Amino acid sequence: MSEVLVYVDHVDGAVRKPTLELLTLARRIGDPVAVHLGSGVDAAAPVLAEHGAVRVLTADAAEFADYLVVPKVDALKAAYDAVQPAAVLLPSSVECKEIGARLAVRIGSGIITDAVDVEAGDDSPVTTQAVFAAAYTTRSRVSRGTPVITVKPNSAAPEAAPVESAVEQLTFGFGESAAGTKVVGRTPRESTGRPELTEAAIVVSGGRGVNGAENFRLIEELADSLGAAVGASRAAVDAGWYPHSHQVGQTGKTVSPQLYIAAGISGAIQHRAGMQTSKTIVAVNKDSEAPIFDLVDYGVVGDLFAVVPQLTGEVKARKG
Amino acid sequence: MSLRIVVCVKYVPDATGDRHFSDDLTTDREAVDGLLSELDEYAVEQALQISEDADDAEITVLTVGPEDARDALRKGLSMGADKAVHVEDDDLHGTDVMGTSLVLAKAVEHVGYDLVVCGMASTDGTMGVLPAILAERLGVPQVTQLSTVAVADGKVTGRRDGDAASEQLEAALPAVVSVTDQSGEARYPSFKGIMAAKKKPVETLDLDDLGIDAEEVGLEGAWTKVEDATKRPPRTAGTIVKDEGEGGTQLAEFLAGQKFI
Ligand SMILES: Cc1cc2nc3c(=O)[nH]c(=O)nc-3n(C[C@H](O)[C@H](O)[C@H](O)COP(=O)(O)OP(=O)(O)OC[C@H]3O[C@@H](n4cnc5c(N)ncnc54)[C@H](O)[C@@H]3O)c2cc1C
Ligand SMILES: Nc1ncnc2c1ncn2[C@@H]1O[C@H](COP(=O)(O)O)[C@@H](O)[C@H]1O
Repeated sequence: MSEVLVYVDHVDGAVRKPTLELLTLARRIGDPVAVHLGSGVDAAAPVLAEHGAVRVLTADAAEFADYLVVPKVDALKAAYDAVQPAAVLLPSSVECKEIGARLAVRIGSGIITDAVDVEAGDDSPVTTQAVFAAAYTTRSRVSRGTPVITVKPNSAAPEAAPVESAVEQLTFGFGESAAGTKVVGRTPRESTGRPELTEAAIVVSGGRGVNGAENFRLIEELADSLGAAVGASRAAVDAGWYPHSHQVGQTGKTVSPQLYIAAGISGAIQHRAGMQTSKTIVAVNKDSEAPIFDLVDYGVVGDLFAVVPQLTGEVKARKG
Repeated sequence: MSLRIVVCVKYVPDATGDRHFSDDLTTDREAVDGLLSELDEYAVEQALQISEDADDAEITVLTVGPEDARDALRKGLSMGADKAVHVEDDDLHGTDVMGTSLVLAKAVEHVGYDLVVCGMASTDGTMGVLPAILAERLGVPQVTQLSTVAVADGKVTGRRDGDAASEQLEAALPAVVSVTDQSGEARYPSFKGIMAAKKKPVETLDLDDLGIDAEEVGLEGAWTKVEDATKRPPRTAGTIVKDEGEGGTQLAEFLAGQKFI
C-alpha cells in the first residue's frame, strides 16, 4: 500500500488533536507516515503509532525555531523525497498552510487548503471544502503532481489504530533561503485552561452586545459550566474586550463544534463564515430581526444579561 | 534610492452579495458586483504608511484579473498609490493559486521591487497561501501574516500573532510581506485622491509581455480541479422563543434534550 505523509502539529511533543484527525483521514488513502519536526519526538511517537503512523520521520534543529517556515519546508521536502508518498496532509493552521504551499511549489504539485473531508478517489483523493462563507460545498482534486492537502480541525473523529512504528531520523541540509526570515522574539500565548477554540466540542461566543471587557465574565462562566471554549466576534475583538486569538469568522478562526452559542452577535456574513458549519447553533439576541436567527436550532430573543446567567445557573444545577 | 513597493490587490465579488459558481465551476463574476478585496485595503494602507516613513518611495498596485479588475487598481490609486499594473489576458480565466503566483512573480519582477505587500487572504478564495508561494517563487524572504510592519535600514520587521505564540520577525529586503486586518484600519480615498487617481498611469500587460505560456495558466493549466459545487441546504428553521423571564431555563431544557448537559 502506498504511504501518505502527515505533518505533525505539536507543542514540544504534545501532539495537537487535528494531527490525530489527519492520521485517521490518511488511513483512507494509504499508510500514514508522520513527520515530526522539532523537540519531543519521544513523547509524540507513541501517540502517533497509537493512531496508525507506520513510521515517524523526525528531525530537530535550532533553525526550526529561529527562522520562519522555510526550514520546515526543507525538512518536509526531504521526507517527501525519501517516502515518495501518494499525498501530503497538513493541518490547516496559518503556519502549516504556508509550509504545505511552499512544498507544493517545490514538488510541482497542486494544493488544496481548508478541506473538511478527504476520501480516496480513482486517480487522487477527493476533498470537500466549504466555500463562499460556507454557502457552497465543493468537491475538488489535485490534478497535477502529488496532492498536498490541508485539513481543518474537527473534520474527522480521531480513531485509534495501533501499529508498531519505527522512529527514523531525517537527514538533509538546509537550503539557502532557510535563514531568510529571523524570529527575533517570541512571546508564548498564555494558556486559558479552556479547550482550544478550533478543537472544542462546544463554543460560547460573545459579540458587541456583551458591551464591555468586564462583561465577558458572563460568557466565560457559561463556557466553563459547559466545558466550552470562548469565542468572540470581530466587533468585540476590535473594541478590545477579548483577544484576537479568540475571534471567530473569516479573519479569525473557523469553528465547527457540536454546539455553538452566540450571545449578542448579529450574524454578519464574515462571522457566519467561521461558524456556519457547527452542528447545533443557539443564539441569544435582543433583536428578533438579527440574521443569526436564520441559522439557529434554538434562539432566545432577549437580553443576554438576563438570559445567559440564568442559563449558566441552570446548567450548573443540572450538572450538580 | 527610492523604495519600490508593489502591493498585490485582488478584485473579488462582494462578500456580502449572493456569490455563485459559473457553469465551468469558476467564481461567477457576473451575478455579484466586484470590488477591491477588503483584506487587500489593509495591504495598501500599510504600504502607504511605510512610504510615508521612507525618504523616497514609490507604490505600484498590481492585479491579475479581468477587465473590471481595473476598479480595484483605481481604488488603490485613490488611496494614494503612485501607479498601477494590470495583468489581463483571456487565457487567465480559471487560473488557480499556482498560476496566479507565477504571473504575479513575473509581474513584480517586471515592475522591479524592494518590498511586495499582500493581504492576508483573498475574500473569495480565502486560501491565504499566495504570499508564501510568491516568496518561494521569487527566492526572497517571506514575512507574512503580520499585525504590525515597519521598514528601516534595508530591513522589514513585524509581529506575527500565531496560535501558540506571538513572534517578532525580521528579514532583509527584498521581501514579500502579508498583513492581517489587525494591522490598522485602511483610509478612505479623499476627494483629492480620487481626482488625482484619474491621472495616474495604469500599465496593462498580457501573458506574452511576461513571457508566460498560456498552457501554464487558466482552467486547463490549473493544478487543482473542482469536480462539483453544491449550494448548502438552508438550515431547517429552528425554534425561536421570546424571553419572558424563563429564556435561560428554556434554553437549558433544549440543551438537555440534545444531550449537551
Ligand atoms: C474583511 C472583513 C473581515 C471580517 N472578519 C470578521 C470575523 O472574522 N469575525 C467577525 O465576527 N466579524 C468579522 N467582520 C465584521 C463583521 O462584518 C461584523 O461587523 C461583526 O461580525 C459584527 O459583530 P457583532 O455581531 O458582535 O456586532 P453587531 O453587528 O453590532 O451585533 C451586535 C448584536 O448584539 C445584539 N445585542 C446588543 N445588546 C444586547 C443584549 N444586551 N442582549 C442581547 N443581544 C444584544 C444586537 O441586537 C446585535 O444584533 C469582518 C468584516 C470585514 C469587512
Ligand atoms: N489575482 C490576484 N491579483 C493580485 N493579487 C492577488 C491575486 N490573488 C491573490 N492576490 C494576493 O494574495 C493574497 C492572498 O491571496 P490568497 O492566497 O488567494 O487567499 C491577497 O490578499 C492578495 O494580496
